[in-house]
Amino acid sequence: MSFGLPPVFAYALRRLLQAVPVIILIMVATFLLLKLAPGDTVDALVGDMGGADAAYIARMRAEYGLDQPVWVQLWRYMAKLATFDLGWSFVYEQPVSVVLMDRLGTTLMLMAASLSLAFTLGIALGAIAARKAYSLTDNLISTLGLVFYATPSFFLSLLFIYLFSVKLGWLPVGGIKTIAGFYTGWDHVVDVALHLIMPTAALSLIYLSFYMRLMRATVLEVADLDFVRTARAKGAGEFRLMIHHIMRNALLPVITLLGLQFSTVLGGSVVVETIFTLPGLGQLASQSVVQRDMNTLMGIIFLCSIIVVVVNFLTDVLYARLDSRIELA
Amino acid sequence: MKRHLRPLGLALAAAGALAAPAVKAQTEEVKKGGTAIIQMKGEQRILNPALRASTGVYYITGKIIEPLIDLSYDGYVPVLATEWSSSEDGLHITLKLREGVNWHDGEPFTCDDVSFTAMNMWKELLNYSSSLQAALESVDCPDPHTAVFNYSKPMPLQLFVAAMPDLGHPVPKHLYEGTDIMQNPHNTAPVGTGPFKFVEYERGQYVIAERNDDYWRGEEYPYLDRIVWRFIEDPSAAAAAIEAGETMESGFIGISLADISRLSEDDRFDVGTKGYENNVAHSTIEFNHRNPILADLKVRQAMYHGLDIDYAIETIMRGFAKPGRGLIPSAGGVNYTDDVTTYDYDPELAKKMLDEAGYPVKDDGFRFKLRHRPAPWGEYTQLWSEYYKQAMAEIGIDVELLQNDAPGFLTGVYRDHDFDTANGWHQFRSDPAVSTTVWLRSGQPAGSPWTNQFGWQDDEVDQLIDDAASELDPAKRAEMYHELQKQSMDKLPVIFAIEHPFISVTSKKLKNHHNTPRWNSSSWYDLWIDQ
Repeated sequence: MSFGLPPVFAYALRRLLQAVPVIILIMVATFLLLKLAPGDTVDALVGDMGGADAAYIARMRAEYGLDQPVWVQLWRYMAKLATFDLGWSFVYEQPVSVVLMDRLGTTLMLMAASLSLAFTLGIALGAIAARKAYSLTDNLISTLGLVFYATPSFFLSLLFIYLFSVKLGWLPVGGIKTIAGFYTGWDHVVDVALHLIMPTAALSLIYLSFYMRLMRATVLEVADLDFVRTARAKGAGEFRLMIHHIMRNALLPVITLLGLQFSTVLGGSVVVETIFTLPGLGQLASQSVVQRDMNTLMGIIFLCSIIVVVVNFLTDVLYARLDSRIELA
Repeated sequence: MKRHLRPLGLALAAAGALAAPAVKAQTEEVKKGGTAIIQMKGEQRILNPALRASTGVYYITGKIIEPLIDLSYDGYVPVLATEWSSSEDGLHITLKLREGVNWHDGEPFTCDDVSFTAMNMWKELLNYSSSLQAALESVDCPDPHTAVFNYSKPMPLQLFVAAMPDLGHPVPKHLYEGTDIMQNPHNTAPVGTGPFKFVEYERGQYVIAERNDDYWRGEEYPYLDRIVWRFIEDPSAAAAAIEAGETMESGFIGISLADISRLSEDDRFDVGTKGYENNVAHSTIEFNHRNPILADLKVRQAMYHGLDIDYAIETIMRGFAKPGRGLIPSAGGVNYTDDVTTYDYDPELAKKMLDEAGYPVKDDGFRFKLRHRPAPWGEYTQLWSEYYKQAMAEIGIDVELLQNDAPGFLTGVYRDHDFDTANGWHQFRSDPAVSTTVWLRSGQPAGSPWTNQFGWQDDEVDQLIDDAASELDPAKRAEMYHELQKQSMDKLPVIFAIEHPFISVTSKKLKNHHNTPRWNSSSWYDLWIDQ
């Protein structure tokens, strides 16, 4: 089913078609799971208000369509979703698409910074540890990796805040920018970057340890293979050997992990964004659960499903680029 | 002949004793300018106090949209209304409105705004108010600065006035008329007459309001240039923010009690309950009377004797509370009495009463089991439920805690009635008829939180509640509420165990803070920063 398209496009089209039923299944399952939780948006809103009388509550429930049977609500939601209408957030009193777009940038920025840091530093440290296997350097790096692996991000976040904000006063406690700072241009960029340092570090360290440990193991494994011995026998320098022969091959499982971990980083951002009050999708998801803001939560799940499908596709393409034995067919 | 009620005496008996320190800061030389940054635990999303009655909403909008009448330590004070009076039959309440006041967009404030808001929002859409104003038939405007509220049954002036600080915020008619009120963009970008003008609401992050140069109190007010409210949900991060100097006030117990206790030792902060005298709440034990064991008064009384309230106040509330004395808290002023039956901590008596009630200790060491739902309204509510479980175990009652989030709790207790006991807190709103007597009034439809969903019904109490709500004579009303309070302690439909205000941590750089009994909800026109 290539329709005469170049292999990458044909592959993309097929993956897209495969993704549609998966996403529909995710959305239906999520909708029903959320409906199993006790209470709805109106309960949460009335709780926020400090109470309301019964007529008021009944009117709100009717207005939001929550007085209808679950299957009617599900059908209405899925019919709208088919036209990419994510509906209305009754908590934010805005279209869900607007609420999501407001938050997407922050989360993407946090994820990009965290994954870049974790990936680059992780593979570099892993490669160094492998090349100096069983030395003091290796032991130090491996121990550090274990510490990062074992430390939960919420604890790291609070530790960073206490140390760098309360005690040293170097970094802002939270938020994405200095409120009422009214910075523009380069000053704004620096301001945002300063606000992202601690959340990025808190979110990335555990993933850094994953990449580092995996990289160390695969470099050690690849370094013993015949083609490396052959290259070395033919006179290839150690640096060239490391970059062109060992790392290129060792990177394959690390890239697989990168694709797989994209969704878990998205999950990890819930905790980090909440503690650092970063206005991203993670914080929004956490608030939407508590608020029973079904439409917003469903919108987040929908958006994340699409992001994960796209990232997995890109990982596969990258994989094929790095390993010529793999074809996109 | 009309009844005039301004000034309306001292509504808050308790507040009187606390009023003196309020003026201290005013003797210092005021420094103008600066930005006050305030931490808020939760985001309210709708910033229209004519649609949402909530202290979280007033925390922000109180500075932007003013009420007709506010509450000070000296009683009710004029804001947008300058005088109020009632007809002899209680069917008409007349307000004189302040002249020369403009909305932030430059349009004049008139009776049309009051009439429109009252009929379209206070009566129709505003929680609590829609019950209070159910008998409101019209609001006439004989001239632009006189508003006459017409009722189909008597409305006590005392109740009307007491409700106004929370439930009496007019909004501009010219921005709402002809629109879908619930979807109006000004619900999140409020336009008012207050000392601060709305600037920006960045969802999940902050709200900014800046000085209104055209404020009606005169050009010297407000003192501040700007107020920023930062939303910080995590209590530890919130404590770090105020400690690092990034915020200047954390109100409504926005950080953990351990951090509040720690910061109370820090010279940089004022920590206390002052300014919350009108925002007191009861921590409760609520019974499901559908359970035949709990329907027995002797069992409920025994359970009360099994609770060491003083211990709970010291260890859980860190001393910032006092024992409850029934339905109405001491902030109820003339409507409050402490001449009621009390239940001292006496576990031996509790055990004896439970034996007598026919519930001896069985082989497993317990008399019976209760499924308990704790409200997730913050740390102290959780701790109170854990203490309750331990205290009940001491007298042979096995309590199972069913943890749930906010919607789960409200649904489990107030809609599905799926509980034996529950605990939470309930806030008092100036007058018992606004939102307090619904706790005991039978016939409340299922699904209304913080109302009598306990399956408890008492004809005498129902009659008292109804009569007091329409009694025009304040003295007779007070007598009725005293009787109601006595009955609430004798019949124990709910244990109103602990009365507590909220707690603020405030930077000492802020001056004139917490100088009214509902300070966090007030306009802060006289707040300044010593910088």
